Amino acid sequence: MKHFVDARGLSCPLPVVHTKNEISLMKEGEAVEVLVDNEIAVQNLTKFANVRNHSIKAEKLAENEFRAVITVGRKGEEAEEKEKDTANEESCSVFRRNHNVVAISSDRMGEGEEALGKTLMKAFLFALTKQDSYPEAIYLYNSGAFLSCEGSDSLEDLKFLEAEGVSVYTCGTCLNFYGLTESLAVGCVTNMYDIVENLSKAEKIIKP
Amino acid sequence: MEEIIFCRGGGCTAKLGAGALGKILSKLPKNRDPDLLVGFDSNDDGAVYKINGEQAIISTLDFFPPVVEDPYLFGSIAAANALSDIYAMGGEVKTALNIVCFPEQMDMNILGKILQGGSEKVIEAGGTLCGGHSIVDEEIKYGLSVTGIVDPAKIYHNNGCRNGDALILTKKLGVGIIMTAHRIHMDSEEAFSKAVSSMTFLNKYAADLLKEYEVHACTDVTGFGFLAHLLEMLDGKHTAVIESAQIPYFEECEQYVQEFYLTAAAQKNRNHVGDQVEFEDQDFVMEELLFDPQTSGGLLVSVKWEEAMEIVSRMRERQIPAQIVGKITEKQKKSIIVKGRKNK
Repeated sequence: MKHFVDARGLSCPLPVVHTKNEISLMKEGEAVEVLVDNEIAVQNLTKFANVRNHSIKAEKLAENEFRAVITVGRKGEEAEEKEKDTANEESCSVFRRNHNVVAISSDRMGEGEEALGKTLMKAFLFALTKQDSYPEAIYLYNSGAFLSCEGSDSLEDLKFLEAEGVSVYTCGTCLNFYGLTESLAVGCVTNMYDIVENLSKAEKIIKP
Repeated sequence: MEEIIFCRGGGCTAKLGAGALGKILSKLPKNRDPDLLVGFDSNDDGAVYKINGEQAIISTLDFFPPVVEDPYLFGSIAAANALSDIYAMGGEVKTALNIVCFPEQMDMNILGKILQGGSEKVIEAGGTLCGGHSIVDEEIKYGLSVTGIVDPAKIYHNNGCRNGDALILTKKLGVGIIMTAHRIHMDSEEAFSKAVSSMTFLNKYAADLLKEYEVHACTDVTGFGFLAHLLEMLDGKHTAVIESAQIPYFEECEQYVQEFYLTAAAQKNRNHVGDQVEFEDQDFVMEELLFDPQTSGGLLVSVKWEEAMEIVSRMRERQIPAQIVGKITEKQKKSIIVKGRKNK
């Protein structure tokens, strides 16, 4: 066997890290033999092999000696695995979330003086963090896109809401238009189809 | 200095596995004293002994090998970790004694820095450092034996959850993963400094605020990882539903777990409690975070659902990254159910 890693005497994570490095030089179907001195290391190698779609066989050679043989699986498969979408499963949340959607179309609230409008918008998002239940999602479009980007005064609040399970979406076209694509600091980018679909589905739309 | 002080896996990763330990402890002879309010029996964090109707003393100790190279930071972390047990029981820190293992030939200035880091934390905790014991050893180890005081009626037990309670976690998970990446020099400076700040942050501030609320159960998350400490809290009487999306963690861990910077201790934790946990989604990163051994981790608290939101927002005002991470329900087949993350 060409590929061999002697990880005896090394403590975790090194046995896996050395094995991973060796495998990065190998092709599909090739095998690497790894020697370790404890069973926990075998278990960590097994976990590694399973997640990366390699196959593994392990045996105990002596009291403190174990051999694992890992055969490299199809490379790239692990990426597909990660893509498998489990996100759609409707898990019943124990958190206080309602089915409202907040639509923010401007970086200011209401009409009138710009400075006042911006202050109000900041206060609105802050107050949103203090509600008993949180909306399902927040959509930011047109100059609303500035609120989720670096330099916004509301980033903390949006990040808080996101951490509470609220999805924060910013319109991609708008980010692009304002040259903000690289500055998005919270949530994900979305498109018009998604915006239309989710505003239509919402129980209530809150529009400050 | 790095080569000298460095150990094979410091902090709470150096703990003995919970499974192995439980077997031994259950066989020890026990002397019943009615004034011993909390002992080994309930897997609690320290011992509580009633002196009179209003006061009980809490005794606890904790020490471990270096988790970081910097001796001062190591001292702070070890002390914050040892002091935490007092807070997890609802007490106030009064006195502390140093526990020191130190190689004879090593520069005593290093020890000085360790002790300085430790003593500053004791002062921050409002306690007095008043002695200690040191022995010569091949490897450095440091910690504290701490004595605190608590009103016997207001002890936070670690197993008093009630159905419908909210579970609050007051620190981010993942310090074990970051320190593992650090040991093999694969961490970022930013991740490291965030983890260190978290480990040196006293649980005092969260505990102080909790005194204004009804706490049903409380423990601190340390070497056995979030899930094992939670399991102790459930005491076989309840099930906890955990929302992965709400688990606070250091974002760098996503990458480090993908690179398999994983400890043996996390795997031991998995072996110990894994079969009592149901993961609804396949989410390897989240699993590793939930099994990750924490050094000086946060408090895990079971409180009335109605009060949880307020507690969390007040904690956040004090820079405590607390989150409601789940709910206590009636006992189901599995003791812990971990819901998947959305939008991930």
